[in-house]
Amino acid sequence: MTTRTVKFKIYRYDPDKDAAPYMQDLSVELDPSDRKLLDALVKVKALDDSMSYRRSCREGVCGSDAMNINGKNGLACLTDVDSLPQPIVLRPLPGLPVIRDLIVDMTQFFKQYHSIKPYVVNNSPAPEMERLQSPEERDELNGLYECILCACCSTSCPSFWWNPDKFVGPAGLLAAYRFIADTRDEETNERLDNLEDPYRLFRCHTIMNCVDVCPKHLNPTKAIGKIKELMLSRAI
Amino acid sequence: MKVAKRSFDAVIVGAGGAGMRAAVTLAESGLKTAVISKVFPTRSHTVAAQGGVSASLGNSEPDHWTWHMYDTVKGSDWLGDQDAIEFMCKQAPQVVVELEHYGMPFDRTDEGKIYQRPFGGHMSNFGEKPVRRACAAADRTGHAMLHALYQRNVKANTQFFVEWLALDMLRAPDGRVLGVIAMEMETGEITVFQAKATLFATGGAGRIYYSSTNAFINTGDGVGMAARAGIPLEDMEFWQFHPTGVAGAGVLITEGVRGEGGILRNASGERFMERYAPNAKDLASRDVVSRAMVTEINEGRGCGPAKDHVLLDITHLDPKVIMSRLPGIREISLQFAGADPIKEPIPVVPTCHYQMGGIPTNYRGEVVAEGAPVAGFYAAGECACASVHGANRLGTNSLLDLLVFGKSSGESMIEFIKNEPAAMPEIPQGEIDKALARVNRLDMQTQGADVHETRLAMQRTMQAHAGVFRFKDMLSQGVDKILDVEKQVLQTEIKDKSQVWNTARIEALELENLIEVAKATMISANARTESRGAHVRDDAPDTPERPNGRDDANWLKHSLWYREGNRLEYKPVNLKPLTVDSVELKTRAY
Repeated sequence: MTTRTVKFKIYRYDPDKDAAPYMQDLSVELDPSDRKLLDALVKVKALDDSMSYRRSCREGVCGSDAMNINGKNGLACLTDVDSLPQPIVLRPLPGLPVIRDLIVDMTQFFKQYHSIKPYVVNNSPAPEMERLQSPEERDELNGLYECILCACCSTSCPSFWWNPDKFVGPAGLLAAYRFIADTRDEETNERLDNLEDPYRLFRCHTIMNCVDVCPKHLNPTKAIGKIKELMLSRAI
Repeated sequence: MKVAKRSFDAVIVGAGGAGMRAAVTLAESGLKTAVISKVFPTRSHTVAAQGGVSASLGNSEPDHWTWHMYDTVKGSDWLGDQDAIEFMCKQAPQVVVELEHYGMPFDRTDEGKIYQRPFGGHMSNFGEKPVRRACAAADRTGHAMLHALYQRNVKANTQFFVEWLALDMLRAPDGRVLGVIAMEMETGEITVFQAKATLFATGGAGRIYYSSTNAFINTGDGVGMAARAGIPLEDMEFWQFHPTGVAGAGVLITEGVRGEGGILRNASGERFMERYAPNAKDLASRDVVSRAMVTEINEGRGCGPAKDHVLLDITHLDPKVIMSRLPGIREISLQFAGADPIKEPIPVVPTCHYQMGGIPTNYRGEVVAEGAPVAGFYAAGECACASVHGANRLGTNSLLDLLVFGKSSGESMIEFIKNEPAAMPEIPQGEIDKALARVNRLDMQTQGADVHETRLAMQRTMQAHAGVFRFKDMLSQGVDKILDVEKQVLQTEIKDKSQVWNTARIEALELENLIEVAKATMISANARTESRGAHVRDDAPDTPERPNGRDDANWLKHSLWYREGNRLEYKPVNLKPLTVDSVELKTRAY
């Protein structure tokens, strides 16, 4: 890659001084080594230190830098900047209150994650060594445990936009199935009870935006389908 | 400035592996515990650890904690304290099993036990041949571990203060630690967190270097706060350069890749590690492999148009093994190197990875200064120096360090708090004012230095003057340069004056922590005129009298850097383990 200029249109809002949000046009010169959108945002911030966004690991495992990029949710650190049509339009994740610029208030998102009891429950006396689990049983957790809680999925989901307080959302439901699928967990029935409600699980209408945007290539819709199957099979 | 005040039995700064392991112990004991973190807990940098956590479980072949201990002492180039190393290696199976009980999704053997893979420097029978000791969840062990620990804390109802930046620690006139003062990032409001016991678990400061595997948040906040409060920093000259960072991007490629059979090759395709470490080859200790790679590059055998990297080759592995054991690595390679490792090798280069030194502690997690524990102050994880890693850390011992010393700190704090009176002492106003003054200066500063440029100047200085190989002249020039950068750091200017989520202010405050780490590193490195572990200098070469340039007669001791006057002191290495015989000094070879 060479040196090049990239044009942006970025959502800006600082409640300390702005009466209302606005879109700011700006452009920035990138070095040959700048590959990712996050590299470009670091350059933007070097020019204007008030440009606010979250970031940490810069390799797609911490889940900090989720944002809406040209209309689609994604991680800035895993998005090739040169793959994006310009001006690159950056907005905060949709459906959550904006604190400032690209930083959203994720309280509601984590509240839903916490609501599914995100931990293994096993009240049997702990053995001296590890609880055994066959490689096949462990494989059931693949595609579930890798979630980084970036919120790309839940904030791309229309059902979550309409009912963020009642619908658990794709991230929370993926986590719910992660614990249901774990042979070490003893609370499958209680977990299903916790989701048996017109909203918590059944607001998923398989729109599949979650699958489309997940930066870790996970499939919350499939996990939700498996929870629905389990509910059905215990009902009959 | 209005300052609110809250009181707790225990305050933990940092919600990575060490902080959250301590939090589990404290919260489950019923003590009122606060965990302060500048990021949501699962975004802490433990999340990026890949290859595994070591424990002599012996799930695939015989292993013993004394072999693990031997490897750790040898890996440390005998600078590690053998009491702490014994404690860690002996505790390892138990803390790993506890983590499994918390719900950690370890990979499994056919018998259903925790899967273990080979790793650099892990040998059976006191250095004989590689052993499978690294307990792994694919190549996402840190992610799986951090989430499991967070989940356990949710179960234990731990109270988190998320997206709060700790500014400074607060001490009484007699030196005891009374808590921290911290800023809520969303509002800019400042609160005193008073505690009977305070734990720093703030991670490393790899961002002092230009090229680092570390996250943006790894800015040595706890280390900087401790230095400002008069606590010495131990062995800060020892930084691990991980052999396999993606060339150009710096992103980590786990040693587990070599554990699964990966091979390092130079421009002619040669497996060059056979020349440097005939026994362990690609699985020699990290410092040894990194130096071999840099030597290959320096001698013109590097790869690519600029001959500036070597290649990590796994094309001979079964793609099924890559997809099941190293799926994250394949993603990283595609993302950051544009190479599919199933078909072509990954370009890699040694990259700053881990801070071996830190806040001096004993194996109970108590911070030790002037020969005695500092009342009410504890440290664990990468910010601490127990010292188990000495001059070079073995792969997977970092995650083990978090679990063992997170837990032991938590237990020590419970003991300490039990004997404390209910009423808490008054916090001297001067302590609070010192932190407020730093924030005020940033709000008022004009005509100052640019944060981004100043940070770059520091990072470039560290990279050029205190890298994989060190040179006498470059080190002494480096000291002058870094002290010059410090002058800029003390007068940085931010344009953003907002109280709401002011990331410019956060980065300026973080830089004030980074520079303490950078100074400690450069000054300690300049003073240590031997080669040992990760610290290798041109004026201490390998000779028959001093193999590898190590000088036990003069330098078998820990460095202690004090911020005031940039003073250096030294303390002896503890060569006496708790119950077993010492691992006798000998020349290190793999």
